Amino acid sequence: MTAVAQPLPAARRPKRMTPARWGLYAFIFITALYFLLPLYVMVVTSLKPMAEIRQGNLLALPIAPSIEAWVKAWTSACTGLTCQGIKIGFLNSLRILVPSVAISILVGSLTGYALSLWRVRGANILFGAMMVVAFIPYQLFIYPLVRVFSFTGLGQSLLTIVMIHTIFGLPTMTLLFRNYFASLPVELFKAARVDGAGFYQIYARIMMPMATPMIVVAVILQTTGIWNDFILGLVFAGRDNLPMTVQLNNIVNSTQGERAYNVDMAATLLTALLPLAVYFGSGRWFVRGIAAGAVKG
Amino acid sequence: MQKSNVDIRSLQIGFGGLKVLENLNLHVEASEFLVLLGPSGCGKSTLLNAIAGLIDVKGGEIHIGGRDVTWAEPKDRGIAMVFQSYALYPRMSVRRNMSFGLKVAGTPREEIERRVGEAAQMLRLTSLLDRRPSELSGGQRQRVAIGRALVRHAGVYLFDEPLSNLDAQLRAELRVEIKRLHARLSATMIYVTHDQIEALTLADRIAVMQGGVIQQLDTPKKIYREPVNRFVASFVGSPAMNFIPGRIACDGETGFIAGANRLGLNGYAFRGLPTDARAVLGIRPEHIELTASDDPSAVSARVEMVEPMGADTLIWCRLADGTTFSFRDDADAKMREGDTLALRFPAQALSLFDETSGQRL
Repeated sequence: MTAVAQPLPAARRPKRMTPARWGLYAFIFITALYFLLPLYVMVVTSLKPMAEIRQGNLLALPIAPSIEAWVKAWTSACTGLTCQGIKIGFLNSLRILVPSVAISILVGSLTGYALSLWRVRGANILFGAMMVVAFIPYQLFIYPLVRVFSFTGLGQSLLTIVMIHTIFGLPTMTLLFRNYFASLPVELFKAARVDGAGFYQIYARIMMPMATPMIVVAVILQTTGIWNDFILGLVFAGRDNLPMTVQLNNIVNSTQGERAYNVDMAATLLTALLPLAVYFGSGRWFVRGIAAGAVKG
Repeated sequence: MQKSNVDIRSLQIGFGGLKVLENLNLHVEASEFLVLLGPSGCGKSTLLNAIAGLIDVKGGEIHIGGRDVTWAEPKDRGIAMVFQSYALYPRMSVRRNMSFGLKVAGTPREEIERRVGEAAQMLRLTSLLDRRPSELSGGQRQRVAIGRALVRHAGVYLFDEPLSNLDAQLRAELRVEIKRLHARLSATMIYVTHDQIEALTLADRIAVMQGGVIQQLDTPKKIYREPVNRFVASFVGSPAMNFIPGRIACDGETGFIAGANRLGLNGYAFRGLPTDARAVLGIRPEHIELTASDDPSAVSARVEMVEPMGADTLIWCRLADGTTFSFRDDADAKMREGDTLALRFPAQALSLFDETSGQRL
């Protein structure tokens, strides 16, 4: 018996790299370079001594790289009258950030949970309105809020700024969690009620454990938002609690004599470090969280 | 485990201006398996949710185990519930899903373990106790949901279309399992479904509902054999009951006249005295019999289509006046399209309905 080897049927896979694809990649590459360029300039400038910067070769790599400017920016740059570097601001920002993020997510998720159970006609219009409110520029609220806080005697303090961040974070946080909880089957809530769990027990033991992806999204949104805040911190935090962004502004804008570009760059990079770390560390989670909001379960 | 009866007295439920249930009365005996059957929107799930305490009532009373629970919290009613979408807690293992309610109630740990173990064994879940719901198949998930209800040792078990999300084969399997469970526990069970097969196979009694009203409350056999109106007749049974319009004639022997055919009604149990009136005759496909062509009571019909269904054959026929109906013959029926058949409609198997009100005559 002779077995003739038949060629297996195999459809040709289409070629991957068409000219259109090449064009696309080239575009992406150039765009990436364009957006990376300022970062590159900042990094190299921060590593150059002033003598090199004076020569004006903006794009050149440092000849004698040193981290002196970074150390100075962190420990001894002058932010107004004190010259203790930006580390004071970093600590202040942390002290504002941690309670603000925690409280705004806690309160926002709780209100979102409560509102997700409130399924009446017109609810969606109301939530749409809330979303719009979240986009009103908050400069509008500053003067009234200053009056309110001075009237209540709270004035400028760490507590004030934490409350301010919680209040301004509330619409976004509430909607984020409401939309997620509203996408869950109502029967889940009913089952927990039959099991005897109360309002807060269901929130803490059933709803929040399910909302992990939403919590990650909320942490990212709030962390970057609060860390990058300038005007609220300036107005409400008080002289002793000025956040890093305000301190950075003081370093960059209050110079006597020659402008220390390397120190400015280092201080700016230091300030941007935390949001950058958050994005790099959690990008995967962020996408997952957004997707989990779209697909229930 | 105590078994409670359920007593619903002139219950009223409405959402805004919409009345869903009005003056509904229902008594469920202890250890009874009652099925609420009806099309979607008939109020059966609303009724079940009201018994569970998950929606507020507008009027009337609900008593469970002799206790007025109209305004009691769900957990205080002595009920357990199984939902259509399983409603398992996704971040908890099977074991924790089943023990959650007991933990909330502060049951001692040994007692929780004993009950969970017992329910798991009954539902063949022992090997799955440490899995998450997402790692289970649909049938396993619903078994966990049933297990979660069982550990509560409730007086009444409520099922809200528990098999609707499963495929046909699993549905049949789990149906048997629920029936076995009821036989073993003889617990009171109230079961909502739109599937008449589930209702017929599981129930001690069926309440057929439409438009928020219980149309008929009776044993499956009675519901199937003697539907009280056309709605019940058409909703229960598959393939569906045939309806043939015509009129009742009381001259001489009472008969039903449909076109050129006259069917003898001798042996039909009329509810009142028969009168000459327009009516609709209902007959189930399996009650129509083949007969000899010289039978004086024979109805002659032409075969339009033959549907082999495996165990038997469904044959679609047309009368001379154009009315179509189906009848069931055994699997090796030899009819072909276009054949002419002589058929008999036995009077005791018929249902007659008033043409306008649809009520049984």
